[in-house]
Amino acid sequence: MLEIKNLHVNVEGREILRGLDLILPQGEVHAIMGPNGSGKSTLAYVLAGKEEYEVTAGTVIWKGEDLLAMDPSDRAASGVFLAFQYPMEIPGVATMTFLRTAVNTVRKARGETELSTPDFLRFVREKAKLLKIDPEMLKRPLNVGFSGGEKKRNEILQMALLEPALCVLDETDSGLDIDAVRIVAEGVNALRTPDRAMLVITHYQRLLNYIVPDRVHVLSDGRVARSGGPELALELEESGYAEFEAA
Amino acid sequence: MPAVQETIERVRRIDVDQYKYGFVTDIESDKAPKGLSEDIVRFISAKKTEPEWMLTWRLEAYRRWLTMREPTWARVDYPKINYQDYYYYSAPKRKALASLDEVDPEILATYAKLGIPLREQEALAGVVRPEGERRVAVDAVFDSVSVATTFQAELKKAGVIFMPISEALRQHPDLVKKYLGTVVPTSDNFFATLNSAVFSDGSFVYVPPGVRCPMELSTYFRINEKNTGQFERTLIIADKGSYVSYLEGCTAPMRDENQLHAAVVELVALDDAEIKYSTVQNWYPGDAAGKGGVYNFVTKRGDCRGPRSKISWTQVETGSAITWKYPSCILRGDGSRGEFYSIAISNGHQQVDSGTKMVHLGRDTSSRIISKGIAAGHSNNTYRGLVSAHRKASNARNFTNCDSLLIGDKCGAHTVPYIEAKNASATFEHEATTSKISDDQLFYCLQRGLSAEEAVALIVNGFVRDVLQQLPMEFMAETQKLIGISLEGSVG
Repeated sequence: MLEIKNLHVNVEGREILRGLDLILPQGEVHAIMGPNGSGKSTLAYVLAGKEEYEVTAGTVIWKGEDLLAMDPSDRAASGVFLAFQYPMEIPGVATMTFLRTAVNTVRKARGETELSTPDFLRFVREKAKLLKIDPEMLKRPLNVGFSGGEKKRNEILQMALLEPALCVLDETDSGLDIDAVRIVAEGVNALRTPDRAMLVITHYQRLLNYIVPDRVHVLSDGRVARSGGPELALELEESGYAEFEAA
Repeated sequence: MPAVQETIERVRRIDVDQYKYGFVTDIESDKAPKGLSEDIVRFISAKKTEPEWMLTWRLEAYRRWLTMREPTWARVDYPKINYQDYYYYSAPKRKALASLDEVDPEILATYAKLGIPLREQEALAGVVRPEGERRVAVDAVFDSVSVATTFQAELKKAGVIFMPISEALRQHPDLVKKYLGTVVPTSDNFFATLNSAVFSDGSFVYVPPGVRCPMELSTYFRINEKNTGQFERTLIIADKGSYVSYLEGCTAPMRDENQLHAAVVELVALDDAEIKYSTVQNWYPGDAAGKGGVYNFVTKRGDCRGPRSKISWTQVETGSAITWKYPSCILRGDGSRGEFYSIAISNGHQQVDSGTKMVHLGRDTSSRIISKGIAAGHSNNTYRGLVSAHRKASNARNFTNCDSLLIGDKCGAHTVPYIEAKNASATFEHEATTSKISDDQLFYCLQRGLSAEEAVALIVNGFVRDVLQQLPMEFMAETQKLIGISLEGSVG
């Protein structure tokens, strides 16, 4: 489904990814772990198509197509979703307005009918309840004054609403207390389906107690240094990243 | 609605050909030679069969104008205007088009984006159906006439006078004479004085004591919007305890080719009266290279003459090559209140110098200014405002908030606030921010499937939300779309 080959990426003239290979089959959840600066977030941004991330070599094939040739909004329409580590604030735009605009834009691009206001409200309420999101929160401007937990839950809410085929979660657990991690993880698990692939980027093993991955990849110095089953995450919890720190 | 149905029936009985003929005659007869002189002023006054005092008033203004100099203090730059090179009197003389196929496709695309019905599109673009197809055009006329007639009946019942000012000069000369030029005197400024000499027409509104105008005058205007010409003069009087809401302009793009516009709007609010005046302006801003476009030099002022009166200006400025406009409030009555809510968007090579004056004269007067300037492309956007408290204005209060948003790195936003307090008990607050749409905000929206233009429109609509909420309900949705359209091409 997603096939990354020999990916090299520069950010502000510095090479961050140096020949990354990764295959993520449909229906699987893979965790990306690794020390700070190993290129985890860079991988997330490159997949979403952020401009400042310059691909100097390699390919990314997504559903048989060249992902790197697509615009960010086309990638979103084709089902690529990034749950941001630091979701942006947009003053004056009610969260509900933003959600509705996004959902209907993506539905339109996928050739589906736009949702009517009552249908949309029903849809949002159902998903919000699952994530224990207070409907009052959705009236507030997008992410403005949201707590860390509210921001992350809002990301997962968007993921649920946009029904993506590839979910990239960039350190969704960072800054969350244990209860919030559990709520977010439950939301993510509810979205695990046989036709959806997920890339869960995290620094800590903690999140993987709740979202149990099919595979774990450890990134070091811009490459996948080691891959294994869920037990690899537990091993790292014991030994730390010392052996993977850049020499 | 039975009332509307009844009107439609009544209008159906009118001889349509006669109606149409009258309209054509008007167009053909309303012309004056190029240039400006006392003779032209006399010509205009005669055309309108104005009373003698009106001609004298115009001539005094003209003589005064000859001694005045064009102001140069605004942050706008344009080639010197040759005032002898303009027509000072000509009725709307658009080329008659046979169908929408002849209209600039760019304009049609904009209409479609705004969701304007086809009939209305034809009317706005000036399509005249040929002989054989007259039925269609007639129907379109019916739609407007019937609704307009219904409105007129309702206004009359309430005692509200709403008519062209030229008509008011004939039917209600005493009212016009009592108030005309009392807010913006003929000697006020270069452009207002020019307007006083040569104004062609405009609206006159009088709301009698204690009457709440039964409808937003915008509703009426929306249907009757016509090419109102270069030198509009509007006078609105809200008598004691009355209320009126008025909206000028139209969200559909009127490709007005008149280059020089110098309008004057005067508002008078007597004791406990309230006037809400909203403007949506989207005249031709010039082409991508900055050529052409309307020069908009407007003087708008409201006089809160009576105690506890209130005047509120709301403006959405997206068009014109140059905007020079400062809708102001004279807070004369004790306890009176003035408000100014503004959205000014500039793109391409547009230059906007706009703001307000809040002049506190009476005791316990208060004012509020919320200005949102958005600059994109190569444009320059200046907020210029004055808040002053005179010696007797004890306990005057003002709150000002000026926010500027920049899109791209070739535009400019400027804020020039003047604050003068001659009374020690005045409380004036001023807040200002300048921000830029960040690449990260844009990327966040793109990742959720929005296009760059949709993202900018969404972020800008959020930025101007406080002001949008001041607009009459039925215009909010269209104005939101208009904001998106005026910022097209501002990113990527």
